[in-house]
Amino acid sequence: MQTPAGGASPLSRPVGLSEPSQNPLLSVRHLSTDFVSLDKTKKGAEVAHALEDVSFEVCPGQTLGLVGESGCGKTTTLMSVMRLLSAAGRITAGEVLLDGVDLLDLSEREMRRYRWKEMAMIFQGAMNALNPVVPVGDQIREPILLHELMDRPEADRRVEELLDLVGIAKSRKDQYPHQYSGGMRQRAMIAMALACEPRLLFADEPTTALDVMIQAQVLELLKHIQAELGLAIVLVTHDLGVIAEVCDSVVVMYGGVVAEYGPIDAVYNTPQHPYTQLLLEAFPDLNRPAETLASIPGTPPRLNDLPPGCRFGPRCPKYWGFCSEQKPRLVEVTSMASRQAPFLQQHWAACHLLEEVASPATVKEND
Amino acid sequence: MSKRWIVLKRNLLNFWQAFRRNRMGLLGACLVFSALFVAFFAPYLSPYQPNETIRDANGRGLTFAPPSVHAPLGTDDAGRDIWSQLVFGARISLTVGFLAGFIAMFIGSTLGILAGYFGGRIDNLLMRTTDILLVIPDLPLMLILVATLRRLELHISPIVILVLVIGLLYWTTTARLIRSQVLSLKERQFVARARAIGAGYLHIIRKHIVPQILPLVVANTVLTISVAILVESGLAFLGLGDPTKPSWGTMLNFAFDRNAISNGAWWFYLPPGLAIVWVSLGCVLLGNVLEEMLNPRLTSHHLEGEALMVARQPTQPARQEKA
Repeated sequence: MQTPAGGASPLSRPVGLSEPSQNPLLSVRHLSTDFVSLDKTKKGAEVAHALEDVSFEVCPGQTLGLVGESGCGKTTTLMSVMRLLSAAGRITAGEVLLDGVDLLDLSEREMRRYRWKEMAMIFQGAMNALNPVVPVGDQIREPILLHELMDRPEADRRVEELLDLVGIAKSRKDQYPHQYSGGMRQRAMIAMALACEPRLLFADEPTTALDVMIQAQVLELLKHIQAELGLAIVLVTHDLGVIAEVCDSVVVMYGGVVAEYGPIDAVYNTPQHPYTQLLLEAFPDLNRPAETLASIPGTPPRLNDLPPGCRFGPRCPKYWGFCSEQKPRLVEVTSMASRQAPFLQQHWAACHLLEEVASPATVKEND
Repeated sequence: MSKRWIVLKRNLLNFWQAFRRNRMGLLGACLVFSALFVAFFAPYLSPYQPNETIRDANGRGLTFAPPSVHAPLGTDDAGRDIWSQLVFGARISLTVGFLAGFIAMFIGSTLGILAGYFGGRIDNLLMRTTDILLVIPDLPLMLILVATLRRLELHISPIVILVLVIGLLYWTTTARLIRSQVLSLKERQFVARARAIGAGYLHIIRKHIVPQILPLVVANTVLTISVAILVESGLAFLGLGDPTKPSWGTMLNFAFDRNAISNGAWWFYLPPGLAIVWVSLGCVLLGNVLEEMLNPRLTSHHLEGEALMVARQPTQPARQEKA
């Protein structure tokens, strides 16, 4: 219980509005990822702990939001799960269970079969994720042919279906990405992500760089597709409003660790971690338009030079001495919302203040 | 398949339409293709055999005869027709140039892609090899290689030796160029996306890397061909060509050996020299224009020609009708 990392698991049951009996599709447990830079001028390697003890779960048909400042490890989390880290990335601990299969145990060859067929990804900035010299239709068809799901004419028909689904005219499938508008490219990217009918969809800031109208369209499309195909979606974004709109549960990340994790209503209505509280205060509220927006002073920690103890410590208004002595564990918190609605109970936060409040009896043991 | 053919045809047509407007490119293409034409139809374009001595009515060889009706570009010291030699020499020079250029490009692109894509030790090994080849002076190395290979009496034609030596030595700059391009390409997000769809390296190289560097390879091949022709001429001038099948370089060598300059026989040494300039200039012009044009980001429609900012007619009846 005193071990700072890998203590209690918050994940004996799925989180969110689903039935407790429903099995999670993706279960990430205590995932830690380092980036190793081999600087030849210095001795040894410099290690940046990009992720530490990240855990969350997604059930079929659910949407999980990953939110946090730039560089807090949101994209790294997705890349770790898909095992697409750059050469410097090392997954040092944890497990990634997709339907009970630990993806980290698979060989690269086996992993290739999982990618896109089981879990697809909408990349950050669709303009760059499309090859500029290949017609869009061919790129959407590429994963279908690669996984040998259909033959060519059948795949061509499937491409037309997919374009139809995302609202792009079939006649445009032979056009090149530069002939598409930004929103269309994003939708083409979504079509590509759905090409192999994955069960899990990672959307890495699918709406950044799009204007509000297109953003609404894309989100609407994602929701619509989810309702139709029963996908599980992990949505990465900076935008708390987007999260509130589409997600069932949310993971608030800070500096490579999970600060708070719980159902969307519980986290938004009764944020427990000081970081979540500040983050929500920094978000404009239409009910209080006159108020000046609060910002969080300071900058996120550099991952190769982390503060001791709690990573949020140096910026935390509720900082006290103990914070820099030990890393806080994720503990279950009993929030107002959870008292009112018993099924919303699984709300977790990593803060020493909560640990103190929570008596040892309420701290869940590792399962 | 027929759809692919249509797309290809449309692309080629678009390319031709854009190419047609580029004067430098057209000039280069004309120079190169005229030389190819001459080389291909050499027997029909030459009045004599290249090694045939032209004799006057008395049966004496016409040595060092200036251009005349009998010999359009004059004759050499043995009374052979320069024009016929030039036309047949084009075959040798262009064959060596093209083959060596293709070999060099093939090796260079393959090694460049391997080094750039895989990085690490493979990159190190290949690039250090490239460095070594780059710092050795080309001409002395080739002289030694050609001379050594000839003395080994391997019963290979000297022309094949030239092709191999030039082709196997001139891939270094290409390899570096392609490598740098691949290095930047493989960090692009569509390569990450290709990995995410479960593609292996073969698929990524074939479908995403090669199509992107192909324009560069094509343009560079043309440039390398020009270098190969120049190098072949240089080696042949130094006497390493095949004397029984004279190329333009060999002709220059003969002219130099047989005192064409002191005899004032300018028709002996000028034509082959100009022919070399003709082809290599054509290749350079063509190569530069191809490089510029095949860049995928520059072929989109709205960048072709000048933008028509205001396409409105001076009077607008349509608008008035509505109002």
